[in-house]
Amino acid sequence: MELLSGADMLIRSLQDEGIEYIYGYPGGAALHIYDALFRQDKVKHILVRHEQAAVHMADGYARATGLPGTVLVTSGPGATNTITGIATAFMDSIPLVVLCGQVASTLIGEDAFQETDMIGVSRPVVKHNLSVRHPEEIPGIIRKAYYIAATGRPGPVVVDIPKDMTTPNERYEYVFPKKVKLRSYNPAIRGHAGQIKKAVDMLMAAKRPIIYAGGGVILGKATDQLTELVRMLGYPITNTLMGIGCYPASDRQHLGWLGMHGTYESNMAMHHSDLILCVGARFDDRVTNATEKFCPGARIVHIDIDPASISKTIDADVPIVGPVDAVLKEMITLVRESKEKPDADAIAAWWKQIEEWRAFHGMRYETSPDVIKPQEVVEALCRLTNGEAFVTSDVGQHQMFAAQYYKFDRPNRWINSGGLGTMGFGLPAAMGVKLTHPDDEVLCITGEGSIQMNIQELSTCKQYNLPVKIINLNNQALGMVKQWQDMNYESRHAESYMGSLPDFIKLAEAYGHVGVRIDRKEDLEPKLKEVLAMKDDLVFVDIYVDRFEHVYPMQVARGSMKDMWLSKTERV
Amino acid sequence: MRRIISVLLENEPGALSRVVGLFSQRNYNIETLTVAPTEDETLSRLTVTTSGSDKVIEQITKQLNKLIEVVKLVDLTEGAHIERELMLVKLKATGSQRAEIKRTVDIFRGQIVDVTSSVYTVQLSGNSEKLDGFIQAIGTSGVLEVVRSGVSGIARGEKVLSL
Ligand SMILES: Cc1ncc(C[n+]2csc(CCOP(=O)(O)OP(=O)(O)O)c2C)c(N)n1
Ligand SMILES: [Mg+2]
Repeated sequence: MELLSGADMLIRSLQDEGIEYIYGYPGGAALHIYDALFRQDKVKHILVRHEQAAVHMADGYARATGLPGTVLVTSGPGATNTITGIATAFMDSIPLVVLCGQVASTLIGEDAFQETDMIGVSRPVVKHNLSVRHPEEIPGIIRKAYYIAATGRPGPVVVDIPKDMTTPNERYEYVFPKKVKLRSYNPAIRGHAGQIKKAVDMLMAAKRPIIYAGGGVILGKATDQLTELVRMLGYPITNTLMGIGCYPASDRQHLGWLGMHGTYESNMAMHHSDLILCVGARFDDRVTNATEKFCPGARIVHIDIDPASISKTIDADVPIVGPVDAVLKEMITLVRESKEKPDADAIAAWWKQIEEWRAFHGMRYETSPDVIKPQEVVEALCRLTNGEAFVTSDVGQHQMFAAQYYKFDRPNRWINSGGLGTMGFGLPAAMGVKLTHPDDEVLCITGEGSIQMNIQELSTCKQYNLPVKIINLNNQALGMVKQWQDMNYESRHAESYMGSLPDFIKLAEAYGHVGVRIDRKEDLEPKLKEVLAMKDDLVFVDIYVDRFEHVYPMQVARGSMKDMWLSKTERV
Repeated sequence: MRRIISVLLENEPGALSRVVGLFSQRNYNIETLTVAPTEDETLSRLTVTTSGSDKVIEQITKQLNKLIEVVKLVDLTEGAHIERELMLVKLKATGSQRAEIKRTVDIFRGQIVDVTSSVYTVQLSGNSEKLDGFIQAIGTSGVLEVVRSGVSGIARGEKVLSL
């Protein structure tokens, strides 16, 4: 029998769970735990400079690897600082376990120093939260936390640990449970066979079908199955911002991503389709535009692990609850064995129409002889990294340009806060990726507004040698806000101008990194090459781009999917 | 439409706040809510009455089911069911009013459970409409205090909500 203190049990449980890295920041209520961490060397701790960054870092790691990320913080302000990070992960269904210190159980409710009801505060933005009531529960709770975070529709789980649960000299028997069983939590393991059959029949009968895939395909590790099914059918596919990489962007059948800033051809094809096969997406308002005008002629098959995502905003004709990989596998078999074949003439006519849309617009922007366009920066980066880098982004115009012009052929490489739209996500997320992918190129495409929301992490990068490349598309404005003000408020730029920007080059240097400024068009490609050749340095690349550029296409507010602005002057 | 949703919930601290939080977070309304442990002390039974379109109700049941601590639930209004609510009412009762109130209480099959020289305390159970009906019959001017338990419900026949 092994006797351990609660703190040692916690760290031992992390080891037994196979956790390699945790990201965090110490403080009073977590000190017993930090001491236990100090006395071992299996679980490595990364000390960030702000708890929000710890969560984004764990999140970046989780998105790149498909494994749950882990965070450790103290009570009160340490815990509340994680909330934005937790909400970010929650909206994008990212598996995380956030371990929070808490004041001693004997003090809870007394407004003790650094006491916050973290269970209450986090409740609306977690998949679940758990609090420790006896040290012996710790291994079971940790096991449960990871199980809940990573299975079904993944999400963040908070564990609240009062300080007296980790007291060093109180030891209890350590038993790490082999299995977790929860009578009230049993995610579906396969889809309903009858529904899947019905869906395949509809796919075969469709004349204007489209596959609409989302982040669920990546989270559900079903990109191979999706690619196989789509190729077998020969139908067009579009995906959401979160689904980027679920199907190779360079493939002919891929129409690009859809929605507010999606491609003309994908939005047009969705609107005119007669059948939408939705795989692991959730008909979010940034995709559908006005729901009452959404795809009037389309019947909808919706596959999702989360029944609550089905028929939430758009009613499904054939709902299929189940893991996307298992459901797609069954569909592939049925399609292969099906006596019915797709209507070749109808599908050919449909493709002809789609190619016309593609030729009419595609992705394009106007270049200028002297100003650097943000789009061309992203295109250059994509070329120079062969489209194989991990790209994280922040939120704004730069995020949309990155998603539009970097072509991802693989999943888990495009890493952004799609659901919550959290400025400040990009740098720490890139750090989480770089830590576990030291040999891969990791780019953080950001804006001068967003990067300043977690700029302090440059210090963490120095400490742990994380040579990410920060690509600051500097338009000297909160560009996306400014774009909306241009379009909806007669260009009244209320507080969207970022005055008194720091000298980012000196700033990077002050933190011990390299800074490079690019403000001439002819320097763009050569300097980017130089930057990418500096394998061992974090380089902050401050690129002065066109301050007046807008992101297009852009769906017209409250319109249907096909109502878009294609440039400042063309509306369809 | 008004619905009665009955939930078996892990009897754990924090579970109830998750249910209530879900309703406010997602803008669903709660008309009544009752909760108490069951014969199995690890489980609570919670009954909530709410209203909304079929789509909203479908979302409510799905979102409730998603809560880790929700073990099972049923929308009782989907089938034949029995619903009951308990009401305690304090009424001004002096002079000729006393006999009148007593008669009304009898008609509604209530009981007078406490008496002073000027006040009757009446206990009444039934469905919510019956309780509303009683208050209406008495007239609000005589009512000093009303306590209602909220609705509890159970399916008719052999259907049971259990593990
Ligand atoms: C934390 C946070 N605050 C506010 C916003 C609203 N917002 C969305 S985009 C944007 C501007 C971002 O500016 P910048 O990072 O410079 O990117 P740009 O649009 O200029 O490329 C703002 C303020 C947000 N998404 N996140
Ligand atoms: Mg900007």
